[in-house]
Amino acid sequence: MSEQDTILRMKGICKAFPGVQALDNVDFEAKAGEVVALVGENGAGKSTLMKILCGAYRKDKGQIFLHDREIEIESPHHAQQLGIAIIYQEFNLTPNQSVAANIFIAREPRQRGLGRVLNFVDRRRMEQEAQQHLERVGARVPATALIRDLSVAQQQMVEVAKALAVNSRIIIMDEPTSALGEDEVETLFGIINTLKEQGIAIIFITHRLEEVFRIADRVVVLRDGQRVGSMTIDEATPEKIIHLMVGRELTDMFHKEEAPVGEPLLHVEGLTRRGVVEDVSFTLRRGEILGFAGLVGAGRTETARLLFGIDRKDAGEIWIEGQPVRISSPVDAVAAGLGFVPEDRGLQGLVLKLPVLENIVLPTLDHHAQAGWVNQRSLFNTAQNFVDKLNIRTPHLRQKAMFLSGGNQQKVVLAKWLALHPKVLIMDEPTRGIDVGAKAEVHALMSQLAQAGMGIIMISSELPEIMGMSDRILVMHEGRVTAILDRDEASQEKVMAYASGEVNNATVNSAMNMNKGVRA
Amino acid sequence: MSDAQSAQSTSTATMTQPYRTDWREVLGKPELGVFLILLAMGVFLSLYTDTFLTSTNIFNILRAFSWIAISAFGQCMVIITAGIDLSVGSVMALAGLASAMLLVRGVSVPVAVLAGLLTGLIVGLLNGFMITKGKLPPFIATLGSMFMARGLCYGVTGGWPVRGLPQAFRNLGQYDIPIAGLGVPLPLIFMLVFAALTSIFLTRTVWGYRIYAVGGNEMATALSGINTDRVKIMVYSLSGLLTGIGGVLMTARLGVAAPTAAAGYELDVIAAVVVGGTSLAGGEGTILGVLIGAAIMQVLRNGLVLMGVSAYWLQAVQGLVIVVAIMLDQLRKWRR
Repeated sequence: MSEQDTILRMKGICKAFPGVQALDNVDFEAKAGEVVALVGENGAGKSTLMKILCGAYRKDKGQIFLHDREIEIESPHHAQQLGIAIIYQEFNLTPNQSVAANIFIAREPRQRGLGRVLNFVDRRRMEQEAQQHLERVGARVPATALIRDLSVAQQQMVEVAKALAVNSRIIIMDEPTSALGEDEVETLFGIINTLKEQGIAIIFITHRLEEVFRIADRVVVLRDGQRVGSMTIDEATPEKIIHLMVGRELTDMFHKEEAPVGEPLLHVEGLTRRGVVEDVSFTLRRGEILGFAGLVGAGRTETARLLFGIDRKDAGEIWIEGQPVRISSPVDAVAAGLGFVPEDRGLQGLVLKLPVLENIVLPTLDHHAQAGWVNQRSLFNTAQNFVDKLNIRTPHLRQKAMFLSGGNQQKVVLAKWLALHPKVLIMDEPTRGIDVGAKAEVHALMSQLAQAGMGIIMISSELPEIMGMSDRILVMHEGRVTAILDRDEASQEKVMAYASGEVNNATVNSAMNMNKGVRA
Repeated sequence: MSDAQSAQSTSTATMTQPYRTDWREVLGKPELGVFLILLAMGVFLSLYTDTFLTSTNIFNILRAFSWIAISAFGQCMVIITAGIDLSVGSVMALAGLASAMLLVRGVSVPVAVLAGLLTGLIVGLLNGFMITKGKLPPFIATLGSMFMARGLCYGVTGGWPVRGLPQAFRNLGQYDIPIAGLGVPLPLIFMLVFAALTSIFLTRTVWGYRIYAVGGNEMATALSGINTDRVKIMVYSLSGLLTGIGGVLMTARLGVAAPTAAAGYELDVIAAVVVGGTSLAGGEGTILGVLIGAAIMQVLRNGLVLMGVSAYWLQAVQGLVIVVAIMLDQLRKWRR
């Protein structure tokens, strides 16, 4: 590791948005070769602080020093010139262009001579140099490959290489692991260590505390726009960080309250979409939470999409309460009593442009209308009822969904489905990207729903969540069910083993007819 | 500042009295900006010319944009779903022609009018099916039907206008109803009625809510168990129907159905919608805004003529106004 100079110092940063003081006198610093974890609940101001640093927002007050020289960051382009790069959760890559073209975007090397005058791109040089940058991050990706052919993890590597290509000294990563599977996280951490050795400061925004302890040198905690703590990793403990984040003690994370498990509610037999999901069978009982575990790309979300009629299935039958049902569209699924809380709130769960009210009542508009005529008072009352019941923090029902924090957005999505009283609720990563407090509320709600007799399918990539919340755990690997484990017989190690395809167990559930695989 | 703050202070009031008007909310409305532009234009023209602020001229303006506006109400719904309907100019001509051809063959006025409306509805329905079931982008589907409808106009008439329409029919576009000593043009009344109807449809019915939802996020809406194809087919059908109504009124006003009628009107209609604050990205827009937008475009046309500006310069100024109006709207959004 190179010498520990403080290369970045932010002092007394303030930023207000309409109605909120997003940042209030926040200090922040980073040293060369240091990994600083920036943590806090959603809405604590992490993203705002980082957006100021990378030029997306202008600060209201405060100073920023880079190498002890005060600077005024005017635009994202300016930040880039100053050596500050940010890698957002959604990558800024053009899918139909090559890796090299993306790494050199806006700075493509020109050919010599006439080619230079005509602005011809020197492709060979661009690809060679891009390959070098890729090697620096240890990415085994050809520079000529198209972005759309890469995995999420590979795309992330391209983003890092792109940051290095412009000589960035500070790299901000906004929840870089949220879209990665366990093994891909390992690769990323390897890359981060390489960057550290090269004296680059890394600011790492995350919701996963165990990652903080694995990779960070120092942790900075924000709460309600203020810095409430900064400590080296040796001084930190998970309890201490959580305490600072929420300002209260949190006990019993991931605790499911017992609910009586009743008769079969949903039975799925041989669900198949070739190449994606192969012969998936399971039974979900009343009051049960069935966890879907597996690595990213194991086919869990795809199974949920087939079940909900979003994608066309090649084979498979579905029974609800013993009756066979035909589901070929979300309309059918809703009619059959299914609900689906999708993985991506902004893209699939909410109409961000519309107010909280409209979002909550969207699937149930018919219940509040006579001959198509909406009863506005009834809409208002229903929506208000859910806002109170689920403790959705919004100034009023007319607030657009886009202005809510992640946790509150997720509660709006939940409210929308609860209004329909589904028999079965499919929840895809129900607590991804939401803060600790909201997470606990969502879990408590899931327990309540199960107690009320709902059957819940919970897809999660967080093992502690799977272990803590599920009555039974269905593990998938490469599109197939490798195990269905009871709560008592499951352990993190066992689930991981099945998820990584190391073991194949077809004897767990006699109701399943999937005997093509290797028997353990 | 206004949004969240006013929200905070009124939240309790909103819960108990959801219908009360909040003036701070009104000030934040997108319609206000375009309304001020319209007002400024009106004041300027009243001072600068003697002829602008006369009841004859005002009613002329109102009559002249009524069919554009009626079609724009439909276009507004289409654009709220993040679509576009380029066929409206041709459909206006085709619907008027359908009515006219039946009339000259002795068909009664109500039946002929109905046939005109039906023509619009059918083209709209076809647009809807091409877009949803045929998976065509709205731009392409309606570009195709724009040419097809126009071609049909030329084909069935051989390029000749249809003349000799009965007075009973022409009255629809030409009759002035005496109200409070003023002759209020009938098309103006139609326009106001359809403005009210579409506005209520958009804000008070299940379908209206769904139209905004589809435009705001089609995927999330589909995943909520809503048949988004049906919503889209409906908006294109309504756009066709309202355009048909506009076409019939226009033909009644002109007293002749030319195959070349309403050429290029699709752009006037779209301009009225976007100047009125409807976002081409979908999910937002109001009928009130469209009404003001359509008025701005017509006042501009009228005002330039009164000021003695050569008709050849008209389009250049119109283009400029469209760009400036939308730029102002963007600025308003930026400030927040």
